[in-house]
Amino acid sequence: MAHAAHAGHHDDHAHHTPTGWRRWLYSTNHKDIGTLYLLFSFMAGIIGGLLSIAMRMELQEPGLQIFSNPQTYNVFVTGHGLIMVFFLVMPALIGGFGNWFVPLMIGAPDMAFPRMNNISFWLTVSGFCLLIMSLFFEGAPGSYGFGGGWTVYPPLSTTGHPGPALDFGIFSLHLAGAASILGAINFITTILNMRAPGMTLHKMPLFAWSILVTAFLLLLALPVLAGAITMLLTDRNFGTTFFDPAGGGDPVLYQHLFWFFGHPEVYIMILPAFGIVSHIVSTFSKKPIFGYLGMAYAMVAIGVVGFVVWAHHMYTVGLSLQTQAYFVFATMVIAVPTGVKIFSWIATMWGGSIKFSAAMHWAVGFIFLFTVGGVTGVVLSNAGVDRYMHDTYYVVEHFPYVLSLGGVFMIFGGVYYWFPKMTGRIIPENIGILHFWVAFAGANILFFPMHFLGLAGMPRRYADYPDAFADWNRIVSFGAYLFFAGLGIFLYGIYKAYSSGVQAAANPWGPGATTLEWTLSSPPPFHQYETLPRIVDTEH
Amino acid sequence: MAQTAEIKHDYHLVDPSPWPLMGSVAAFVMMVGMVLTMKSLPVLGLKMGPYVLGAGFLGVLYVMASWWTDVTREAGPGGNHTRVVQLSHRYGMIMFIASEVMFFVAWFWAYFDAALYPADPVQVTRSQLLGAWPPKGIETFDPWHLPLLNTLILLTSGTTVTWAHQAMLEGDRKGVLQALGLTVGLGLLFSICQMFEYSHAAFGFSGHIYGATFFMATGFHGFHVLIGTIFLAVCLWREYLGQFTPTRHLGFEFAAWYWHFVDVVWLFLFAAIYVWGSGAHSGH
Repeated sequence: MAHAAHAGHHDDHAHHTPTGWRRWLYSTNHKDIGTLYLLFSFMAGIIGGLLSIAMRMELQEPGLQIFSNPQTYNVFVTGHGLIMVFFLVMPALIGGFGNWFVPLMIGAPDMAFPRMNNISFWLTVSGFCLLIMSLFFEGAPGSYGFGGGWTVYPPLSTTGHPGPALDFGIFSLHLAGAASILGAINFITTILNMRAPGMTLHKMPLFAWSILVTAFLLLLALPVLAGAITMLLTDRNFGTTFFDPAGGGDPVLYQHLFWFFGHPEVYIMILPAFGIVSHIVSTFSKKPIFGYLGMAYAMVAIGVVGFVVWAHHMYTVGLSLQTQAYFVFATMVIAVPTGVKIFSWIATMWGGSIKFSAAMHWAVGFIFLFTVGGVTGVVLSNAGVDRYMHDTYYVVEHFPYVLSLGGVFMIFGGVYYWFPKMTGRIIPENIGILHFWVAFAGANILFFPMHFLGLAGMPRRYADYPDAFADWNRIVSFGAYLFFAGLGIFLYGIYKAYSSGVQAAANPWGPGATTLEWTLSSPPPFHQYETLPRIVDTEH
Repeated sequence: MAQTAEIKHDYHLVDPSPWPLMGSVAAFVMMVGMVLTMKSLPVLGLKMGPYVLGAGFLGVLYVMASWWTDVTREAGPGGNHTRVVQLSHRYGMIMFIASEVMFFVAWFWAYFDAALYPADPVQVTRSQLLGAWPPKGIETFDPWHLPLLNTLILLTSGTTVTWAHQAMLEGDRKGVLQALGLTVGLGLLFSICQMFEYSHAAFGFSGHIYGATFFMATGFHGFHVLIGTIFLAVCLWREYLGQFTPTRHLGFEFAAWYWHFVDVVWLFLFAAIYVWGSGAHSGH
């Protein structure tokens, strides 16, 4: 029906500016799809955040507070992890900002495959629905949902949870993974084939570089996860023994396959954040980014080396000493390109005419906190030290320091930076700055004491703990509430942006904002660049 | 807003389409149906899993058919596929095949994890069961019988698809129909041989890592052969309809790329699982 309609009316302009529900449900416009991704990830993030608030309410005091069944606590831990990774950070940074700004920055009218772009979004939604459904089906005998952690290790994920909950979870990851692979194909093709005349790869903005590297990681890592969870599925339902030693299988095989995906996955989440930081720091320092080519190739190096460090998640499974030594070394090598990025951001600010806007607050906060997370990563990369740290709150802290205080901070940084461009409205700067300080304080109160808990030996994934850990845990919980309350300020800022009625200029940030999206109106027209821009200067 | 007249670039801005949303809903239904089927879960007292699964699957097929019909319409009468758009399609297909390669990496990884370390002293339980590779008590296929025939069938189909390509470039319609028809036939023959082989396996699918890796790796390959055969058959139909010209036949080229990919995966399977991993069959 619908294709008959559009085949006949090809020149009808109504098809180029669709209205009403069709504009959103049938969208083939990269900016509309980007907006859908951002709204979806915000909603998913609230759900994932509420799960973590429940976890912190439980852990606020020793003993069992709100979970009568500790298994349910573990279900919340698992759901929180999967939602934050697959349905908050990835959709927001890649689907949201990637969709919005990669075509704008490289001077393309849209993505290479606009219709496929839309199925990437809707498959993500389908995957999310399956994941939420899994919470309401039996997992372990007698309780609901899957509680084996986001890594889904066997045997907890095979014989440990025989109910249908995890089967829903596995299919959720299949759909979300397919969505991401299609999205990756789309981004790679767009970036390689649709840059404006004159924009060579070495003149391309760093955010586009970050998405290019991320897309390659997605393309090559996710199919391996698809294979691994398919093996889980057949082990669970069709009697294969991939991960069952009694049938000649190997549970460690799952860990290898998972982390071959899982380690690139953490770079998938953080590289787009690197890209956003680069633009914010450069814009508000009124200087081109320091060491542009080094910054671009540092991301390439992180992406390449990120594929050969996976077993540093598996030091305690019985790897040979030589294998461990290799993975320690390879992991530490990643600190070099990461250091290139950190120091280049600092060098960009050095001597610059710095304006501490809301977005700049978030970017500088990111640089500081990501460095803390990165340094604890170097600590954990030591196989010997990791024997002691493994499965403690030290690891629990490391992950949020790089991803919550890294990835999520740059989601907010990106929103404050690009909100005027996306909507034509302005979030008052002081609200963004207040939100930053509340989030910064909340996140540090939340995550920093976890170092002490981890070093003291508190294990993760337990709903209860000895009284000795009570004080820091109470403080950690208050930090979580504070961070979450900061969202209220964020929402108030958006309300103010719309209620004040102030229209944003094409470029509200002044001469420091040199990328192509600032040459367009705010918000940009439905289809931009009907005459392609020509890149002649050497600005990035 | 007569902006269509002002567009000065060669990119294809696709019209809004219902297929992505409908395809995602169908995929969701199919997945739910799969879980209901596997776990024999009742819905409102009825075990309707297979019906839900079937409905979802039909929905997915319907969306694929409609979507790609739209693509061929945009390419032909729509005239939307300029040179730069065609280049995008080439990039896209290469990336898709790259991701498929990585999918097979997972299955080869599982295979070699067992085949290279069947007697690792650290893995006591596994070593007791396997001991060596092929595992004790497993009677493998003789690679130089049916598997060799299948290898020859696939390699031959690789040459016939190249014949079809040459014929297409030279505008030899009859040659294209012959060669493509032969390729599709060889693809079907391969699948039939593979089913025949499966039905004569001396080892089972469940309960042992040999059967698990063998059937899942060759089975996913077989599934890709079926997809490739359908892809080629669609190209045969499109050639019959006169949709391909000596200069415009990307759909066929992609089917050929895909077919060669399936071919190469088979060569790895043949070398690693059938020949190297089959033990003492080499007397022939």
